Amino acid sequence: MSNRLSLRRRAFLGTIAAVGGGMTLGWRIPASAQGQSQGQAVGIWVVISPDDTTTVRIARSEMGQGTFTGLAQLVADELDADWKFVRAEYVSPDENLANKRAWGDMSTGGSRGIRGSLDYVRKGGAAARAMLIQTAAQRWSVPASECNAANSVITHMPTGRTLRYGEVAADAAKLPVPSDVTLKSPAQWTIIGKGVKRLDTVEKLSGKQVFAIDVQLPDMLNAAIAQCPVYGGTLIDFDADRIKSMPGVRHVVAVGDDAVAVVADKWYQAKTALAALPINWNEGANAQVNSAQIAELLKTGLDAKEAGLGQKHGNVETGLAHAAKVVEAIYAAPFLAHATMEPMNCTALFANGKVEIWVASQNGDASLATAADAAGVRLADVKVNKLHLGGGFGRRGQQDYTRQAVLIAKQVPGRPVKLIWSREEDTAHDFYRPITQCKLRAGLDANGNVVALHARLSGQSITAYLMPSRLDNGVDRGVFQSWSKEEFGYKSIPNLLIDHAMRNTHVPVGYWRGVNTNQNAIYMECFIDELAHAAGKDPLEFRRSMLLDSPKHLAVLDAVAEKAEWGKPPPQGVFRGICQNYGYGSYTAAVAEVSVSPKGELKIHRIVAATDPGTAVNPQQIAAQVEGSFVYGLSAVLFGQITIDKGRAVETNFDTYPVMRLADMPKVETIIAPSGGFWGGVGEPTIAVAGPAVLNAIFAATGKRVRTLPLRLHDLARA
Amino acid sequence: MITLTVNGTSRNVDADPDTPLLWVIREWLGMTGTKYGCGIAQCGACTVHVDGVATRSCQLPVGTVGQAKITTIEGLSADGLSHPVQIAWLQHDVPQCGYCQSGQIMAAAALLKENPKPTNADIDTAITNICRCGTYQRIREAIHTAASVSGKV
Repeated sequence: MSNRLSLRRRAFLGTIAAVGGGMTLGWRIPASAQGQSQGQAVGIWVVISPDDTTTVRIARSEMGQGTFTGLAQLVADELDADWKFVRAEYVSPDENLANKRAWGDMSTGGSRGIRGSLDYVRKGGAAARAMLIQTAAQRWSVPASECNAANSVITHMPTGRTLRYGEVAADAAKLPVPSDVTLKSPAQWTIIGKGVKRLDTVEKLSGKQVFAIDVQLPDMLNAAIAQCPVYGGTLIDFDADRIKSMPGVRHVVAVGDDAVAVVADKWYQAKTALAALPINWNEGANAQVNSAQIAELLKTGLDAKEAGLGQKHGNVETGLAHAAKVVEAIYAAPFLAHATMEPMNCTALFANGKVEIWVASQNGDASLATAADAAGVRLADVKVNKLHLGGGFGRRGQQDYTRQAVLIAKQVPGRPVKLIWSREEDTAHDFYRPITQCKLRAGLDANGNVVALHARLSGQSITAYLMPSRLDNGVDRGVFQSWSKEEFGYKSIPNLLIDHAMRNTHVPVGYWRGVNTNQNAIYMECFIDELAHAAGKDPLEFRRSMLLDSPKHLAVLDAVAEKAEWGKPPPQGVFRGICQNYGYGSYTAAVAEVSVSPKGELKIHRIVAATDPGTAVNPQQIAAQVEGSFVYGLSAVLFGQITIDKGRAVETNFDTYPVMRLADMPKVETIIAPSGGFWGGVGEPTIAVAGPAVLNAIFAATGKRVRTLPLRLHDLARA
Repeated sequence: MITLTVNGTSRNVDADPDTPLLWVIREWLGMTGTKYGCGIAQCGACTVHVDGVATRSCQLPVGTVGQAKITTIEGLSADGLSHPVQIAWLQHDVPQCGYCQSGQIMAAAALLKENPKPTNADIDTAITNICRCGTYQRIREAIHTAASVSGKV
């Protein structure tokens, strides 16, 4: 611990020194963990210094999900490094670009950080290990096959001689990188699978962690921005003369065609002046759109003839026609903002035809490309300094704020400008979780078995908004997350139809932690609960009977049922709900225990959650992600809603967009049950089961089915 | 010119008296451990101690601070790690993204000074800072751990 701390502090002091260095483009002012390592790069993934400090280079972004630590574990295990020497730093996107993208994909989303890079980063560790061993063998003039490595030490087995990694790294770095390395079998792992502590905690306890919003550069100016409140509207003009004499104000500039920024010495001065700036907007064609109209639009999709097919087998209509009982329900979920704790921000310096940015991004490559495009310069003329994200949740995959920072900086050449969005701008200009509705119909036979199920989604498509060229014959496959043939657990239903009527609005939509699994799991797992009730069956046994062909879905369901003692009555006044889901390559299930007072006050007492991610790289971090998933997921279910009026978001800040706080937090007990043989995601899968477990428990407690979210709009009081 | 006492040091700033203490700390004094989250005293990311009391600095005009002693996260302990709350936070591996944690730690430290053995209900009432990553469970456990380190708070 003390070792790592001293290294970190040295790195931080180095940052300060660099800041004092002078005003030329191309400083490295890391402020993050980027580019600080001193030592020898043994291959591209590992830098080892003479004191054995081992720095693993990370291409993905750390936003709290723990990938900085998890990826370092993958590399360090194959390297046979001593974990106490291991730290991590970012590869910069410009370095990646200049080296033919040797470090691979930088995008960080879809719970892919580890499962998307596990082969090549582990090979990087194994290659470095081979190079270190070969160097030691040469020094001893012995065959490499007589040498072994463990805990950052190479041993010549026959003689017992040893060399530390730090002693051979400089020579090892000169060797060619072997390509034919063999990866360890899981039984050989010593670091993968261990609940080691995060590598990025110390700075976060002392206020020393420099987030993008904290970047300070010599001669830096600060910008506050106002964007046209109606999506799709444009800027007409503004009266800069009215605020020019306000304290600190330097410039008032248009940003693209839909925003204006005040640039001042301090951000608070910029924000204060911006509030006094007269601005005229052309609000455009959407200025009268409201949530009621959007709900009506979606409603037309529920029974529309035309719909994109998700999956189908048998004949649902025939199945329904022959059913003993038909159950039908309509569910709905609203737009949701990400509300990362760190508002969108980016610092940019434009000088001499080159750009340097300091940014928190879920996709460093995209930040670089966006900056180049906004500045009108070559990709090679952009430097990107990645900083840890103060939350991402999908929001920081989009680079609108990066573009704006560069557009502003270009109008103030030679001086860095830090653009910070106010919380109000952040809430009002998100790429929201899409709004959807779902109509579910199912038929039960005389024994209460499901003989037909139709789930019709209606709502907005992220793909259509962000990347329409990726639509598949006009269908957004993403809307069927958790419901594809491969994912959907209830395989025994003989007649099944899942389809989607696309109903797009003018409201920007994007990826929101868990994306479509969130609402899909609520729709399906609450409706399955409705069916169990209609069939007069226990919700666990009802699900079990339909999951016999899906043993891994069943296993996590059984695991939570067992730990929560589903078969035994809960404490007096407490009621349980259960659910399961599959998404992002992992199996999840949850039991919620809640009570609802006669006045309708909900208390969530306990959550038992299980996840089977196939392989558990760091159980301690998986548990943290599971705990956090219930906060993010239940914040949405209990409170979250962005409503639209006059074409814009009504909610502006945490007073109108409330989220879960500590007092609302149930005790979360996490079961990590990796069944081996695959690598599933961790950051997102569990969110899907948060909502349905609680909503099903609320039904058990009150007899009320909550089918439209958020819950706070419903009265749970006993009639 | 306004004179402030921050982390035991007297500092002069030329900010307008209406400027929230948060921005004076961050922009005039260059101490960025105290965070901006909402600007309306909802989220607690900007929590500092004003004469030992946890205070949301984004809604506190600097002109009203007067002689009060301000402590920021940078001043909570000499090495940034040795306050019992920081020790407990490390032990429980509390932070995820970490952005809210300065405020969480300052709120927890003030709670324990006032109430060395808080119950769960006390913690529920005192710790109202928002964490979007969802570290609440570990925050609660870490506060109990810090409370068990007797006589140090």
